Amino acid sequence: MREVAIVAFAQSDHRPDTSDVSEVEMLMPVLRRVLDDVGLTAGEIGFTCSGSSDYLAGRAFSFTMALDGVGAWPPISESHVEMDGAWALHEAWTKLLTGEADTALVYSYGKSSPGDLREVLTRQLDPYYLAPLWPDSVSLAALQAQALIDAGETDERALAGVAHRSRTAAEANPHAQLSGSAAPGPLLDTPYLVRPLRRHDCPPIGDGAAAVVLAAGDTARGLCPRPAWIRGIDHRVEPHALGVRELTRSPSTRLAAERAGAFDAPVDTAELHAPFTSQEVLLRRELRLGADVRVNPSGGALAANPMMAAGLIRLGEAAAAIHRGGSDRALAHATSGPCLQQNLVAVLEGEPS
Amino acid sequence: MTPAPSSSEALRAPLVVEFPFTRSLGPVQSDFLTGLRERTVLGVRTTDGRVLVPPVEYDPVTAAELRDLVEVAPTGTVTTWAWNPSPSRGQPLDTPFAWVLVRLDGADTALLHALDAPGPEAVRTGMRVRIRWAERRTGAITDIACFTPDGDAAAPAAGPAPHSGEFTEPVRGIVAPARLDYTYAPGRAQTRFLAALAGRRTVGERCPSCRKVYVPPRGACPTCGVATAEQVEVGPHGTVTTFCIVNIKAKNLDIEVPYVYAHIALDGAGLALHGRIAGIPYDQVRMGLRVTPVWTEDGRYPDHYRPTGEPDADYDTYKELL
Repeated sequence: MREVAIVAFAQSDHRPDTSDVSEVEMLMPVLRRVLDDVGLTAGEIGFTCSGSSDYLAGRAFSFTMALDGVGAWPPISESHVEMDGAWALHEAWTKLLTGEADTALVYSYGKSSPGDLREVLTRQLDPYYLAPLWPDSVSLAALQAQALIDAGETDERALAGVAHRSRTAAEANPHAQLSGSAAPGPLLDTPYLVRPLRRHDCPPIGDGAAAVVLAAGDTARGLCPRPAWIRGIDHRVEPHALGVRELTRSPSTRLAAERAGAFDAPVDTAELHAPFTSQEVLLRRELRLGADVRVNPSGGALAANPMMAAGLIRLGEAAAAIHRGGSDRALAHATSGPCLQQNLVAVLEGEPS
Repeated sequence: MTPAPSSSEALRAPLVVEFPFTRSLGPVQSDFLTGLRERTVLGVRTTDGRVLVPPVEYDPVTAAELRDLVEVAPTGTVTTWAWNPSPSRGQPLDTPFAWVLVRLDGADTALLHALDAPGPEAVRTGMRVRIRWAERRTGAITDIACFTPDGDAAAPAAGPAPHSGEFTEPVRGIVAPARLDYTYAPGRAQTRFLAALAGRRTVGERCPSCRKVYVPPRGACPTCGVATAEQVEVGPHGTVTTFCIVNIKAKNLDIEVPYVYAHIALDGAGLALHGRIAGIPYDQVRMGLRVTPVWTEDGRYPDHYRPTGEPDADYDTYKELL
């Protein structure tokens, strides 16, 4: 099988409101940086794949405007997923494995500011039994958090600890939307948003974009001093009915991790896409991450959670840690849908230097 | 869209997306939702004998078609909950309530709904609850108005009873209204374009790489993939590059047919925009015709274009813009 690596990563500064720029205007500087990093022009890229959602923009085919920023004319080899960019990366990885392309540009972006995100996300739910009730995204996460608390897997103090650790780590991340945190004790004195979740348990709502470049074999070695080789990547989904699922478990994460080879050797770093503190608790257990693993040194989705990009950013952050020699073997995780509905796990490695 | 006080301040405008989604139901969903209308809760038995409520058409484990219906109780047990202090539009209750997953007596899975309780202190996992039926029921999940606390009542001893799923006038579909409110912001390039248009000037943007002038500009050159920033006023005159004759009257449009709709390359523009041609019999419009915009009193964009009287443009001057 062909070796494929992430050779470059760039992201925007994530902000609560970017109404001063259109989607393509927000995206273009990120595309420019990631291409400049490997010294390629858009025309030299073999395959382009993007992730975004029309429901965020409130406009059909909104991604076609963003495509202008790539330089898609004359027509390029291109695809789009109405999903987080992590799944666009999966498609691009598959394309490179076929040998039809040696390089791929993967990007994704989301502007949550035009709409009411908690309402918008209800529209991705089962249209017969769930969507007519308009259950918002924070409430659904709170149901899962309560189930974990009832099962003795965590408590509100431990969740505040996750928030504190993540946002303290984010102080070193210039792109973070939220960084810095009160200590867990004072956090517990704040009111509930949707009990048992408080505001600090929830991700910031904001706008942002991210992009990575993938390359195969010697092309990757030529573009990047220390490529982040994708040793395995897999994604799995749970039944869509919340009441059918065991909310204190994430069998799809466990299975994706097994298939990606995550348990074949220990990882030193993990970038988890856990928009809610309670989800980190669950993911750590399903991914068997010990106390010695650096979890979300970027601050994770609690520091910035641009919809459709936050998962791709986990892959990008894990790869960047390998590029700069800060990690030798990293796990990256992305999620989509309510209560960790669908999960993608990738294992990245750098070669010994 | 309101004109911006200056071209540097981005425009914004409300945008409402609203659809009544009409959805057909599978046979199991049809029986379940019809049952709710009749205050009867049906579940479906899976291949391994579990009872799913709400029921699905296919087994979540084996994907086998499921048709074995049973009736479960209108009472059940909360399996998890979350207190929602500020209900939003469309949610089951407009006063603070608990979201709950409820395993109805006789079911093996849980159903999401709202619990009407005085406060979070009154809610706990494991509490007994009962369905409160909506007064007007149509065959929808909202026929369950919500759940209410059911005190110390024990679960019924009897298990779920088989049910034929047959009702008179079964529900075959639902209409699910959906409305989302956005604030649309067109970004820098389109704001600049619209601000100029408010002054009856058409301003495109030039690609720094290939030098093409885009009208209207969208902020990026789709050929080069770079930002456009240099503003270039184009027109007002332009050339018809191609056209069609419209013979079908559009709804809510007070224009006599036939009329001509054309691609017009404004002088200095790198691509054509489109507009209506008037002030000339429809059958005399031709490629190369020179035109200029006509504005109405309160128009935010040209109402139509009329001939200037100049000689027709030579084909070679606009053939790249077709």
